[in-house]
Amino acid sequence: MTLKWKFSLLAAAAAACALLFILWNVIGSWDYVVPRRSLKIAAIILTGGAIAFSTVVFQTLTNNRILTPSIIGLDSLYMLIQTGIIFLYGSASINMLNKNINFIFSAVCMILFAGLLYRLLFRREGQNIYFLLLVGIILGTFFGSVTTFMQVLLDPNEFAIVQDRMFASFNNVNTDLLVLSLIVVALVSLYSLRYTKYLDVLSLGREHAVNLGVNYDHVVKRLLMVVAVLISVATALVGPITFLGLLVANVAYQFFGTYRHSVLIPGSMLISIIALTGGQFIVERIFTFSTTLSVIINFVGGVYFIYLLLRENKS
Amino acid sequence: MIEVKNVSKKYGNKTVVEPVSVNVAKGKITSFIGPNGAGKSTLLSMMSRLITKDSGEVLIDGVELGKSKSSDLAKKISILKQSNHLNVRLSVRDLVAFGRFPYSQGRLNKEDWVFVDEAIRYMELDDMQDKFLDQLSGGQKQRAFIAMTLAQDTEYILLDEPLNNLDMKHSVQIMKVLRRLVDELGKTIVIVIHDINFASCYSDHIVALKNGRIVKEGPTDAMIDTNVLREVYDMDIPVQTIGDHKICVYFA
Amino acid sequence: MKKRYLWLALIVLSVTSVFVGVKNITPLDLFSLTEDQQHILLVSRLPRLISIIIAGVSMSIIGLIMQQLTRNKFVSPTTAGTMDSARLGILVAMLLFTSASPLEKMLVAFVFALAGTFVFMRILDKVKYKDAIFIPLVGLMFGSIIGSVTTFFAYKHDLIQNISSWLQGDFSMVLKGRYEMLYISIPLVIIAYLYANRFTIAGMGEEFSTNLGLKYKQVVNIGLILVAAVTSVVLLTIGSIPFLGLIIPNIVTIYMGDNLKKVLPHTALLGAVFVLACDILGRVIIYPYEIPIGLTVGVIGSGIFVYLLMRRRAFA
Repeated sequence: MTLKWKFSLLAAAAAACALLFILWNVIGSWDYVVPRRSLKIAAIILTGGAIAFSTVVFQTLTNNRILTPSIIGLDSLYMLIQTGIIFLYGSASINMLNKNINFIFSAVCMILFAGLLYRLLFRREGQNIYFLLLVGIILGTFFGSVTTFMQVLLDPNEFAIVQDRMFASFNNVNTDLLVLSLIVVALVSLYSLRYTKYLDVLSLGREHAVNLGVNYDHVVKRLLMVVAVLISVATALVGPITFLGLLVANVAYQFFGTYRHSVLIPGSMLISIIALTGGQFIVERIFTFSTTLSVIINFVGGVYFIYLLLRENKS
Repeated sequence: MIEVKNVSKKYGNKTVVEPVSVNVAKGKITSFIGPNGAGKSTLLSMMSRLITKDSGEVLIDGVELGKSKSSDLAKKISILKQSNHLNVRLSVRDLVAFGRFPYSQGRLNKEDWVFVDEAIRYMELDDMQDKFLDQLSGGQKQRAFIAMTLAQDTEYILLDEPLNNLDMKHSVQIMKVLRRLVDELGKTIVIVIHDINFASCYSDHIVALKNGRIVKEGPTDAMIDTNVLREVYDMDIPVQTIGDHKICVYFA
Repeated sequence: MKKRYLWLALIVLSVTSVFVGVKNITPLDLFSLTEDQQHILLVSRLPRLISIIIAGVSMSIIGLIMQQLTRNKFVSPTTAGTMDSARLGILVAMLLFTSASPLEKMLVAFVFALAGTFVFMRILDKVKYKDAIFIPLVGLMFGSIIGSVTTFFAYKHDLIQNISSWLQGDFSMVLKGRYEMLYISIPLVIIAYLYANRFTIAGMGEEFSTNLGLKYKQVVNIGLILVAAVTSVVLLTIGSIPFLGLIIPNIVTIYMGDNLKKVLPHTALLGAVFVLACDILGRVIIYPYEIPIGLTVGVIGSGIFVYLLMRRRAFA
């Protein structure tokens, strides 16, 4: 299959999934159902695209295909914020608290956290990027400990609300937030455009990249920040989907079999959109909401990933 | 000319390279020799901005390393380290094409491809250019990486132990190519090398390091000498002349 | 730090631990115990002390074993997927055998923990890039993947809060009759002690150990079985205590070097002292309430771990 064919195939599949989702079994008024579902699809495309893009970039920067950007503790921080709000102010607060404020507050916290982490760790020269990740994970565990502690003390009704937040959901996305996220994501993507040409070279590793004239530290810091902003916005918008990026990036590597980011990035974004729209369709129509999409994605992503690890071992 | 002036490097409390000064002349092969841990590779990495120096200056054609843009330097000087494990699966041709990045920023034009083809031909990789790197033997892989630095078309080429893990035949092949690069194309090459007989047979100038200091430097003929080598390696190494070459007999 | 200081600390803290609590018991009371006080001592305070010491010692020792086997200072049950696998095992036991006894649950958890650790070792075996920091990253990633599988099933059965409260490390639930399974760790730790040197050799690799006449596979398997068993026992009786197996051996090697024979007793002692101290801290800080040990160690432990990492970088 040529590249063009593969792309057309993916694009067609993505469009089909989206249309199926919007138009399936429209009962009642079109004017009500279709815009509502379209809004959901828009949220899916935005978050799916952002997560796919940032995961591929992140894996290139770390020269590693088994890492996902949220492991630097962003997911745990998000959970800590959500749990903390309910723990401190009770379940009423989450309804009282304006959704938009919650979104902005969570996103800003996560971005600040990532920025501080980078700042702290890039102060010293030649800092190993894995070191950054490990410190991030540990802080994640730290947030996790505090979150668990609060969760255990919550009464089951309040916990139900927290649990809702634990899993990404596209159901309560409103237009304001979507537009706001869209603007942020668009601006950040635009900014990152001037660095994307370095991605192919960066995948050769630091020494080759420097030799070929890439201002390595500068570019890597900027791109890491882009990744952090995108993931933060996506997480604050719908909630954590930790393994989505891992899943779609690796499927893209396998499907396209190339190192070129001009192919990998759009490819993985399409795959991400297919996975989310298709998945959401199945969840809503077949499981009729008995489970959430992100739990399934994490599960499938996790199993696929273990398969990848073990399969690579054989060769 | 590359001028190294009082360049030093410390890791923690350990000084790896004391302030050293050395000049690399144009159109020559200069070899860095010395025992393990002498600081040869570190010095080479500092000369090519792969690691930052703690003090001193490196001037390339009179301009300080830190004062030039990295992207401009990439057209002037290239470096190849000894371990080149890649996480991506590339064909030989893809890899060599990366050497054109400083000129094309990833969008190669016709002229760029001419350089790529030439580099491939020069390293005799024509019949394996579409193979993936992980299908090649150590020597072929090494040649592919050198081809990439050739495609980069820089005046100065720095190689860190290019003969590592190669058998005799391939070692000789690589050294001959380097010699041709200097004699035919007028490149300036600096190599870190362990086998002093290769240094003796192929280089014009030798710099001997030990414990982060330059013990002695000079033209090859003067350096391949029992007294000099004793100072560098703490060994008595008889030197014999066989044909045109001075050969060190360090086995006994 | 001399061993006798550690012993001293252990004794002082043990005594403190026994006399800290909502019900006031002073050392003087020992001579004239009321029935009530006697009851509290025997049913709650002493079992608590014993379980803290066993958990502290055994988790630290198996952490050390894992580090010897993998030749990596940052591998421990928390960073190798062992803990997460055991957690999955407990969930499976809860779902499949609703009326399972603690011992049966432990067995299932053990099987899962063992399988998970094996898989991790397999992965490790073949990872080409053995950076000291990369390995625990793989382990943590692996652990969170297993965690996602656990979440999948827990969510389906509405057990998420249940499981997280149940598995949060907590000594306040330790009462006579509910912690005795911890005793299983004692013989395991003794075996670990006896085998310690062999683990070090096995850590050097298969060829190296075969050359020295060591049955490599057997030693590694014994090591992994010990690790999985101790992790499951502690997880089931106390809950998860993050980072314990990681930071204690690392601190000890900083001031003792790498000689295993010397390091082992210190690791055991320091493990007990550390957990005791954290536990007492958690009990007094919001007295009369308690902060569970999982949180105290999680917070203090992550701080120490980051410090250790930074320190390692400074010397690298």
